[in-house]
Amino acid sequence: MARNTHRKNRAASQLSTRNYNPAIWLIRHLQVAISSLGRLSRAPFSTLMTTAVIGIALALPAGLHLLVGNLQALSGSWDGAASISLFLEQKVERDQADLLIDQLEKQAGITEVRLISREQALNEFKLLSGFNDALEALEENPLPNVIVVVPDEAHSEPAEAERLVTEIEKLNGVDYAQLDLQWVRRFHGITEIAKRGVLVLGALLGLAVLLIVGNTIRLEIQNRHAEIEITKLIGATNAFIRRPFLYSGLWYGFFGGIIAWVMIVLSLWLLAGPVSQLAGLYNSDFDLSGLNLLTIAGLLCGSAFLGLLGSWIAVGRHLSEIEPT
Amino acid sequence: MIHFDNVTKRYAEGYEGLSNVSFHIKPGEMVFLTGHSGAGKSTLLKLIGLLERSTRGQVRVAGRNLTRLKKREIPYHRRDVGMIFQDHRLLHELTVFDNVAMPLVVAGIGHLETGRRVRAALDKVGLLHKERAYPITLSGGEQQRVGIARAVVSKPPVVLADEPTGNLDPALSREIMSLFEQFNQVGVTLLIATHDIELISRMNHRIMTLKQSRLVEDSAG
Ligand SMILES: Nc1ncnc2c1ncn2[C@@H]1O[C@H](COP(=O)(O)OP(=O)(O)OP(=O)(O)O)[C@@H](O)[C@H]1O
Ligand SMILES: [Mg+2]
Repeated sequence: MARNTHRKNRAASQLSTRNYNPAIWLIRHLQVAISSLGRLSRAPFSTLMTTAVIGIALALPAGLHLLVGNLQALSGSWDGAASISLFLEQKVERDQADLLIDQLEKQAGITEVRLISREQALNEFKLLSGFNDALEALEENPLPNVIVVVPDEAHSEPAEAERLVTEIEKLNGVDYAQLDLQWVRRFHGITEIAKRGVLVLGALLGLAVLLIVGNTIRLEIQNRHAEIEITKLIGATNAFIRRPFLYSGLWYGFFGGIIAWVMIVLSLWLLAGPVSQLAGLYNSDFDLSGLNLLTIAGLLCGSAFLGLLGSWIAVGRHLSEIEPT
Repeated sequence: MIHFDNVTKRYAEGYEGLSNVSFHIKPGEMVFLTGHSGAGKSTLLKLIGLLERSTRGQVRVAGRNLTRLKKREIPYHRRDVGMIFQDHRLLHELTVFDNVAMPLVVAGIGHLETGRRVRAALDKVGLLHKERAYPITLSGGEQQRVGIARAVVSKPPVVLADEPTGNLDPALSREIMSLFEQFNQVGVTLLIATHDIELISRMNHRIMTLKQSRLVEDSAG
């Protein structure tokens, strides 16, 4: 009877072979994902240390990226950053200016056209200069009508903006057009450098994350040397042995990403007050923009991927060295 | 079930672990392997479990030609060969149950089936009541029985044991050997390396004797 049972069990498959059952495969992955999470939670201090280091390494470039983005947004909100002032000829009156505005509004590459009438300009000048009385004495308003033209984003680039200027300068009634090109150029240059810098920093710190995770996993492999040996002895495939380490790396990266996220949110929160105060002084309603959903998803996926990659490298190098004897 | 054809194993340092050994063990046989220390018993078992590869000659186990087996096929071969060690090789951070369950987990057996088989194996070695204990808390004999349960839980056609009674008193040794006989009665092929000639000579099984890496005696039981 007993002998029969044994024979029957063997008869199904004479020898052990690979078995592909997608359901079991999926369940096993879930189990390993959860159990490696459990393993990390059983050493909370060292897990926190590792993930915090990863978090800081990721928060730095991500935060700077956000900062540069904000600077660019800020430059857009500044009048004159890439806006063109069209000084009209003295003889051009209000109705002709309106015609010009209509014309400009139809032109491609322009988002906003706005008139500063000579009266408005004079009043503002009086207010700001303090030469109120002297100006009152003038019989005629010496200031021309001015049209402010704001190019769209594509035409805010220095070269494009300059082309736009020469084009609209030719319009009838325009005395001259002025673009504070130097300033735009400088700002553009600075943000470009900052962008590159963030990219380089991001690459370096991403590499650091790889090394951190790789080293952590290497130590873990060393600590579990005996376990790996025994597991190989009873017929575990390399994929089976690899899996928990890969998930550990994935979790390290993922939680590092979450810590980075929290750090950025905290920094933004700390900066928000002073920034809106400063913006208030400049009559601007500028607000720091935070992380949007896409950036958060990118940060978490990216960090999880870095963790996975780091452990993959470590596992590839160190797991095959362990063979049972 | 186990074929050795002129098998030689030379270690890297030049020592011969095994010299020109040939034999055949049929399915369902129970064989003892004996010989002095350093005679090559462990080497022979390691060649069967593919912990080592032969330098010359051919080893075939359960229909597999181990000489030509690819590296990625080794795990599947090991699932068909249950191995028992003198030092048990249990995982101390796992419970007795989880230790015994390992071969089934590795082979991707479902949860319920695993529980059923692990309990059956533990029951067989008389340790069902210790399933939640950790190996450290068990005696040497009990740990050895956990190791045996782990080796047979997946019902492999071949079971190897390297000095399974090395550290046990005579009564326990007899108990372990009678366990092996029970496995043998359900069709498992067993190869057991041991120094305990007194014990095995009273049992009615084939005995192979190694001497200085050569097979010098092969007596049917
Ligand atoms: N990894 C190794 N590297 C080099 N030589 C080895 C290695 N393993 C075993 N040997 C040598 O091979 C020979 C046979 O060793 P083996 O372990 O097979 O003997 P044994 O019969 O199991 O001995 P014991 O009864 O002491 O366990 C010995 O001379 C030993 O020194
Ligand atoms: Mg030995």
